[in-house]
Amino acid sequence: MTVREATRGWDGPAILVEGLRKSFGEVQALRGIDLEVARGQVLGMLGPNGAGKTTAVKVLTTLLAPDAGRALVEGRDVVHSAAAVREIIGLAGQSAAIQEELTGRENLEIMGRLYHLTKGESRHRAAQLLERFDLEDAADRPAKGYSGGMARRLDLAASLVARPAVLFLDEPTTGLDPRSRMGMWEVIRELVGEGATLLLTTQYLEEADELADQIVVIDHGEVIAAGTGEELKNRIGGDVVEFVVADRTHVDTAVAAVATLGEGSPSVDRETGQVSVRVGAAGSNALVDAVRALDAAGVRSEGLGIRRPSLDDVFLALTGHGADSAPETRGRRGRRSGRPEHAGAR
Amino acid sequence: MTTAAAALPVAVARPRPSSAGMARRVHDVWSMTRRSLVHISREPMQLSDVTLQPVLFTVLFVYIFGGGIPIPHGSYKDFVLAGMLALNLVTSTMGTAVGVSTDLHEGMIDRIRSLPMWRASVLVGRSVADLITSCLCALIVGVTGLAVGWRPAAGLAPIVGGFALVLLFTYALSWIATCVGLNSKSPESAASFGFIVLFPLAFISNAMIPTQHMPGWLQAVANWNPVSAVTAAARHLWGNPNPSAAVHAWPMQHPVVAAVGWSLLILAVAAPLAARLFRRRTIE
Repeated sequence: MTVREATRGWDGPAILVEGLRKSFGEVQALRGIDLEVARGQVLGMLGPNGAGKTTAVKVLTTLLAPDAGRALVEGRDVVHSAAAVREIIGLAGQSAAIQEELTGRENLEIMGRLYHLTKGESRHRAAQLLERFDLEDAADRPAKGYSGGMARRLDLAASLVARPAVLFLDEPTTGLDPRSRMGMWEVIRELVGEGATLLLTTQYLEEADELADQIVVIDHGEVIAAGTGEELKNRIGGDVVEFVVADRTHVDTAVAAVATLGEGSPSVDRETGQVSVRVGAAGSNALVDAVRALDAAGVRSEGLGIRRPSLDDVFLALTGHGADSAPETRGRRGRRSGRPEHAGAR
Repeated sequence: MTTAAAALPVAVARPRPSSAGMARRVHDVWSMTRRSLVHISREPMQLSDVTLQPVLFTVLFVYIFGGGIPIPHGSYKDFVLAGMLALNLVTSTMGTAVGVSTDLHEGMIDRIRSLPMWRASVLVGRSVADLITSCLCALIVGVTGLAVGWRPAAGLAPIVGGFALVLLFTYALSWIATCVGLNSKSPESAASFGFIVLFPLAFISNAMIPTQHMPGWLQAVANWNPVSAVTAAARHLWGNPNPSAAVHAWPMQHPVVAAVGWSLLILAVAAPLAARLFRRRTIE
């Protein structure tokens, strides 16, 4: 089925979500989410573990029924027309859904059969996807022996067998090494070039920025910000200058010295003596200024550097608390699982 | 996908499958069956349950125990083959429990549920695949039996009927194993089902020795054990020595009816229960 066939007779957005709510017992995973994704666009859903991202994806892919609100995928209601939704979506979840004893090729061919492609079509499509995802050499080996990056690529390929009009990727690069992440980004970018609508969740601002046309930031099951990557970064205040004050008694002096450099007041971690200043677009000039200011104030610093804003910075700017200060009950998994170092740095 | 379905504003809740719907279900089941068969063939240890083990058990029992266990009106090897068939097939359902538990790790459930397929085909497909491997196992037991001197004294139809009865019972039992797999937190805990349930079930029966030599209370358990009914039925149909015919317990007097009855009863309870557990496991 082509995207055109799948979307015939519907002129609205590819994904439309209104007032979506879902609770698990006492825990409110979604507290009234609204979303709209135009056809062919990429929406990046950014948030920490337990923010409600996976719950939202599960509702949109008919795996979970919402308590209130509604969600339409290409005009099809995920509750009342779940079967029709399943015809046109692809899902690659957090844990790879591949059969390890089967080869990569067999995994894809069986997926084709389950989507009711003919035997020939399934075989052809599998070969096509294996080539495209650079899995040809490993195609006839059991998936058990695949590296993390290869397994994720195979999983993504499996979700694409039926050429879905709308694709959902739940943290597609979590747990991958940097090189494999870049590879995944490449693949995802190509997909988008072919006209599919894509919703991807991520914990990395960098990833959302790289791949998404629009980003929504969610926290505690609510959308707390939305916009393009550029808009968000402007709100956050761009790059961050960071350093550690060696002598903890000098932290206040240091903060006073660099207070004028940034937008908003610097954030301080008193335990580690780490100071972060959001410096907007000032870039390396701000770094030089920081060195001068600290020198003039007679404060010795360690590890002075500049970095791109992380998810924590986004949250700090938007909510006043870091991404990790959310209560434990909201996340089912360990909060830090699979996070690369740069996102966890403060 | 038809445009008619797309145009429906609100789909009618769970329509009964039409004949085209049934064809799709059969197709889905077959796809999942093939997947399970490939899976099983890649796990030599799992497959050894139905290939190597039957040969080993049959030879061991005939040559090691055979001499020491007197069977009225016949030889031990003619007596024990039905028991070997039951023992191997009953214990092989452990593979079903482990397989179901392995299949249903979180990611796979989500993927399967997001596909436009009949969800129960995950379970039905596996049970069909296990039935196929059970047939292979039965064939191996039969051939091994013939090799060590087992001789049925009946026509082709009753012989095939005896095998079919044991396979029917195994299929029913595989649905209990499916329930166990659905309820297990890990494949390892599903495997313990074999030791806790299946081995006692196979051994506290007339499969390996006549029940007449057991203590009284154990005799009662053994005579009403479904496995006893199944092996007695196979012996009866094959014209092999069947000491249980002298036991007054109802199932031993009517072994074929009892074996079919037990199988249908287990199926009627375990299959719907498995469907319910599956729904519970796959819908949060």
